[in-house]
Amino acid sequence: MLILITSLGFFIRNINRLRRNINIGNGQTEPITNKPERWRNMLRIALGQSKMVTRPIAGTLHLIVYLGFIIINIELIEILIDGIFGTHRIFSSAGVLYGFLIGSFEVFAVLVLISVIIFWIRRNIIRIKRFREVEMKGWPKLDADLILYFEILLMSLFLLMNATDVEFQNMNNGNIISSFIYPFFSDYSIDTLHVLERSFWWTHIVGILIFLNYLYYSKHLHIILAFPNTFYGSISKIGRLNNMKSVTNEVNIMMGKAVESENSNDVKFGASDVTDLSWLQLLNAYSCTECGRCTSVCPANITGKKLSPRKIMMDTRDRIEEVGKNIDKHGEFISDDKKLLGDYISREELWACTSCNACVEECPISIDPLSIIMDMRRNLVMEESSAPNELNNMMNNIENNGAPWPYNQQDRLNWNE
Amino acid sequence: MMNNLKIKTIEEFLNEGISPEILFWVGCAGSFDDRAKKITKAFVKILNSANISFGVLGKDESCTGDPAKRAGNEFLFQMQAMTNIEVLNSFDIKTIVTTCPHCFNTLKNEYPDLGGNYKVYHHTQFINKLLEEGRFSIEGGSYKGKKITYHDPCFLGRANNEYNAPRNLIKKIDAELAELKRCKSKALCCGAGGAQMFKESEKGKTEINLERAEEIKKNTSKIVATGCPFCNTMLTDGAKSFEADKQVEVLDIAELIVRAKDL
Ligand code: SF4
Ligand code: SF4
Repeated sequence: MLILITSLGFFIRNINRLRRNINIGNGQTEPITNKPERWRNMLRIALGQSKMVTRPIAGTLHLIVYLGFIIINIELIEILIDGIFGTHRIFSSAGVLYGFLIGSFEVFAVLVLISVIIFWIRRNIIRIKRFREVEMKGWPKLDADLILYFEILLMSLFLLMNATDVEFQNMNNGNIISSFIYPFFSDYSIDTLHVLERSFWWTHIVGILIFLNYLYYSKHLHIILAFPNTFYGSISKIGRLNNMKSVTNEVNIMMGKAVESENSNDVKFGASDVTDLSWLQLLNAYSCTECGRCTSVCPANITGKKLSPRKIMMDTRDRIEEVGKNIDKHGEFISDDKKLLGDYISREELWACTSCNACVEECPISIDPLSIIMDMRRNLVMEESSAPNELNNMMNNIENNGAPWPYNQQDRLNWNE
Repeated sequence: MMNNLKIKTIEEFLNEGISPEILFWVGCAGSFDDRAKKITKAFVKILNSANISFGVLGKDESCTGDPAKRAGNEFLFQMQAMTNIEVLNSFDIKTIVTTCPHCFNTLKNEYPDLGGNYKVYHHTQFINKLLEEGRFSIEGGSYKGKKITYHDPCFLGRANNEYNAPRNLIKKIDAELAELKRCKSKALCCGAGGAQMFKESEKGKTEINLERAEEIKKNTSKIVATGCPFCNTMLTDGAKSFEADKQVEVLDIAELIVRAKDL
């Protein structure tokens, strides 16, 4: 009980911290319109995993683990009730239905085990390219493996718990898999088995609670955030890049269509740090599963440039965490002479993007790495005036003669000569 | 060079008191780039042959602002956009057709917020519309049975979900469509977008257009069709180094139709 309350307490603390950190983003978002379409997107993409299956192997395995996770968690209800009230398998009186449920939990546990082991093989033995890019060294690699170990442990504990539960085995109702494990323990006395069963039960539930609190520190957070993220994800054509309102105001003033208001001087254009990004972009960063599908289709990355859209998301999350810790420590943000732009993400990365939208299209949970890249380019150009020279020439041409090349606008019809 | 293309500016139309059915937005590449000018002419031939009343803006046209926007210069983009919108609205333009997917995307998706609301077509969409309405026809022709590959421009495909219009036209000329491995929503960029066209690329193993060209080389067709003047340039450059027997020709869909029908 105490363990339960502490871990839930921690969990709530983490959620609050998450909420606060996401809200350090001051950047503008588009209005959240068309709720019905957004609900549909969430149901289809997050709940229905529609984009996962575009890669059949990973998609199917993920689907199994995902379904297994949801289904086996039903059993958690019983475990919690048993734990709190000191009962034992309180629902077992439900008879056939109980047997059916536990039976399917056991089958799923085995399927999940197999899938997770294949995942581990893909990461550690086959070493698929997208899992060994530079940004996947160190913690991200460990995190990915830890999650798999956690899942192997939890599933094994669940099966062992059932196998060593003599009463449950004697009921012979739903022990489809565990009845095969039970014989391995046949030499043990009833008492030892009971002790074993209890310890498996305890490690299982404590493991789950630890896992719950591990989420915040891990890419596994996506199991929660994929839902809001697909809900709030863009619903317009992905080719549309937002028009900055702050710029519209200024341009209107310049063109004599509006008058200057007092506070129009202190707007910052584009993003140089996480505080300049929008809450949605920060939510994107926390949701990222680090799967690297985006990076594996990025033309810049494929041709060996430094840019990796996954790294953009991971850097953003790391920087939010750093700013969050800074706020925890000082009560407010005290400048640390660091910025997302420069200290995490380099100009070289930003200028390599072709805005091809492959990353946006590919992300299974509607993350938009391109929007962050564009906001940072905007900062480089409009605040720092530090575009590459050739781009400055191009922009000068547009400004002077209405084309990216130095041709006279008066000659625009000459193609017919 | 003499040619017999019928072209009028919107201004000339309005002086005669007529408003043409569409505005053909030629775009910067289509106006100034030697390769792209041929695409412009090919599309005009199609419009002429279907007797479509269309106008161009001529010296009143200016860059949509796309390369500036994607380079991060939102100021310059919105200046361009608002100036263009003033021009378009003063001519009371309702329908725009363009041969450039970048112009298409910007006019269609980014101008409405700023007060520019038009019905915008990519030329491959417009030609399909003409076919459906029975105002233009394509039957067989010189490409019958030949293999043609199609490269999806990012700003037509992924950006605007248009994969069918160009493919349908390739089928109409009775050619056999030979898809690249990475096609439709998974198509690889040619490397020109996001203002990359105007700068050297960052350091890497290879160039994006060479990477795409390698993929094209593996495909057995000798013709690569596309629907974007920038893709056209990038792929033509990328395929330059191909051995003599592997040479491919990069053509716009409009050019294919003109050749197929011998317009
Ligand atoms: S939009 Fe930019 S970051 Fe995303 S895949 Fe294309 S080049 Fe890479
Ligand atoms: S942004 Fe999306 S596709 Fe890229 S690593 Fe994160 S979850 Fe995967």
